[in-house]
Amino acid sequence: MKIGVCVKVAPDTDTRIKISGDGAGIEESGIKWIVSPYDSFGIEEAVQTQEAQGGEVILFSAGPKDWQTQLRAGGLAVGAERAVIVDDPALAGTDPLGIARVLAAGIASEGCELVFTGKQAIDDDNVQVPAMVAELLGWPHVSFVTDFSTDGSTFTATRNVGGGTQEVVTGSLPVVITAERGLNTPRYAKLPAIMKAKRKKVDVKSLGDLDLSADDITPAVQLTNFSLPPERPAGRKLEGDVDTMVQELVRLLREEAKVI
Amino acid sequence: MQFPPWTEEHAQLRDTVKQYAINELAPHRFDWDKAGEYPAREVFKQLADLGCLGIRFDPEYGGLGLDWWSTVAFIEGLSHCRNAGLMMSILVDTDMATPIISEIGTDEQKREFLAPTITGEKIAALGVTEPGAGSDVANIRTTAKRDGDDYVINGQKTYITNGAIADYITLAVRTGGEGHGGISLVLFPTDTPGFSVGRKLDKLGTRSVDSCEIHFDNCRIPRRNLLGHENAGFLYIMQNFQGERLVAGIMAYTGMEIAVADAIKYGQERQAFGRPLASFQVWKHKFAEHLAAIEAAKALTFQAVQKIESGQDPTKLVSMVKLHCGDLAQRVTYDCLQIHGGYGFIEEYDIARQYRDVRLLTIGGGASEVMKEIIWKWHSLGG
Ligand SMILES: Cc1cc2nc3c(=O)[nH]c(=O)nc-3n(C[C@H](O)[C@H](O)[C@H](O)COP(=O)(O)OP(=O)(O)OC[C@H]3O[C@@H](n4cnc5c(N)ncnc54)[C@H](O)[C@@H]3O)c2cc1C
Repeated sequence: MKIGVCVKVAPDTDTRIKISGDGAGIEESGIKWIVSPYDSFGIEEAVQTQEAQGGEVILFSAGPKDWQTQLRAGGLAVGAERAVIVDDPALAGTDPLGIARVLAAGIASEGCELVFTGKQAIDDDNVQVPAMVAELLGWPHVSFVTDFSTDGSTFTATRNVGGGTQEVVTGSLPVVITAERGLNTPRYAKLPAIMKAKRKKVDVKSLGDLDLSADDITPAVQLTNFSLPPERPAGRKLEGDVDTMVQELVRLLREEAKVI
Repeated sequence: MQFPPWTEEHAQLRDTVKQYAINELAPHRFDWDKAGEYPAREVFKQLADLGCLGIRFDPEYGGLGLDWWSTVAFIEGLSHCRNAGLMMSILVDTDMATPIISEIGTDEQKREFLAPTITGEKIAALGVTEPGAGSDVANIRTTAKRDGDDYVINGQKTYITNGAIADYITLAVRTGGEGHGGISLVLFPTDTPGFSVGRKLDKLGTRSVDSCEIHFDNCRIPRRNLLGHENAGFLYIMQNFQGERLVAGIMAYTGMEIAVADAIKYGQERQAFGRPLASFQVWKHKFAEHLAAIEAAKALTFQAVQKIESGQDPTKLVSMVKLHCGDLAQRVTYDCLQIHGGYGFIEEYDIARQYRDVRLLTIGGGASEVMKEIIWKWHSLGG
């Protein structure tokens, strides 16, 4: 079974984001780039599934070919077999639907039967691409999955629906699964695997290679202006004995924060 | 040319070890330091599984056959465990007791000792120092007398890191006459009858691992456990010291980098007189000075690594690294504690432990004064 994983490369979680001079993006120099953490859960689940069922794990990215550094470290060094990066100038201004079209075309061209993605990327937090990929492929999709199993033709996926309730979804492959924290614990890349990943194959493709053109990914949404959230005011320390502090806290929560 | 010659793989190696150290080791640093021990078997198994225990060793025996820069990357990553005692225990195994086996051991010795060390099944210690001979290695008194196909060993060693947990010891013994011409190195299995672990020493720092006295009472080991040539041990020990001291230098600068980053962060958060401590010029200048000095220490260390990599004799440079990094760590850690004020004196922040731990850096593996002797000797010889 060919198992696909959609992977985005994003700034490391403790990056201090700065807005670029023209206000239309972020300052990219000095950023440490990593595989978006939810995608790492997707990769781990794909590799575990491959270990149980056989087959091959293929990574798919729509982005600059330089992402191969992170794809090797965070994917090929932890068990994925190869990667496909679609790098095309037209991708720069596209939107989630454009990205989904590219990923779906890549997945279709490889004949995958099961696809994992993170539930969202940690940079834009759009939570749109996975559902769009599924729709474009004509596959079902289960989101925010915390437990998954498959026998190679059917699957069972558990998702948290809030308030402690869990939903168990069963069906048959193919399917797109989006990974929530808790699905698994991603393994560490082992040193020999890091050395081996150096020689694994990364295909860099253009839109044309997937029979797509720039027109197919013309954005419906354009990002024009970025701003940082307002700075958080300093914390306040309540003084006095416990009773006074609790009373004051309740008053503040009610009157100032207006949350109770 | 890029210097140091990091590749993407070096960076990835460091990152994966760093993640492991942060997630699996660092959370236990206070507990292990207090307990005076750590679950060594488990940790060595995990490290072996990650592929960390044979970085430069021959793939024939399970190693990865990588370069010294990979060792640098490994130690930089491992330093995020924030526990110098734990690091010392691991690095004694990977870089102090075993490289000499890899360099001069027989195939049989490598299969019996090196291979199971790389898989984490055996833990190694290095036994040189004795109650009566530390800096003066040529003066050791533990004897190994030939008896048929065996050596019979008598004597004692002290301060031996991993002494209570090791499966074998790369051991310096006297096989010949007085002085440095009568010393040999042997591989000593700790299940040999007559071997015993004495006092576990109550140390100022590096408390997560034991350093102890060990005793040899008519211990019989086969003569095939002799490393290299008989009575050539002093040379091997000096050769082995170079890697050990370089590793100490790498540990020192990585430790300083972490301590300074912590101290600056603390200084930015802690308010006094209506402003963050770190906004006082005296602290800005102090840390600017330390950042510059650490960068210089690192550059010196990298130069020594390059020398070792290129196969040249690194003794003078390595001695400079050990001297410079060890001494600098004292001053840097002193200031890092100072900015913490009273909190720095309490075992709640890392700095109290780091302050205790770095004290060893000018003593263990060759005191600063001994480094100066070596540097001067090489310098006056025009080396
Ligand atoms: C925590 C810890 C772990 C250790 N682990 C190991 C281990 O695993 N294996 C092992 O074999 N050893 C180990 N050692 C021993 C260590 O290598 C020795 O302590 C060190 O070499 C110094 O020897 P010494 O303690 O006998 O000091 P001494 O030789 O007595 O020297 C004392 C002091 O005298 C000064 N001095 C020495 N020589 C000169 C000189 N020529 N000129 C001027 N001043 C001089 C120095 O200031 C030195 O600090 C460990 C030590 C400690 C504390």
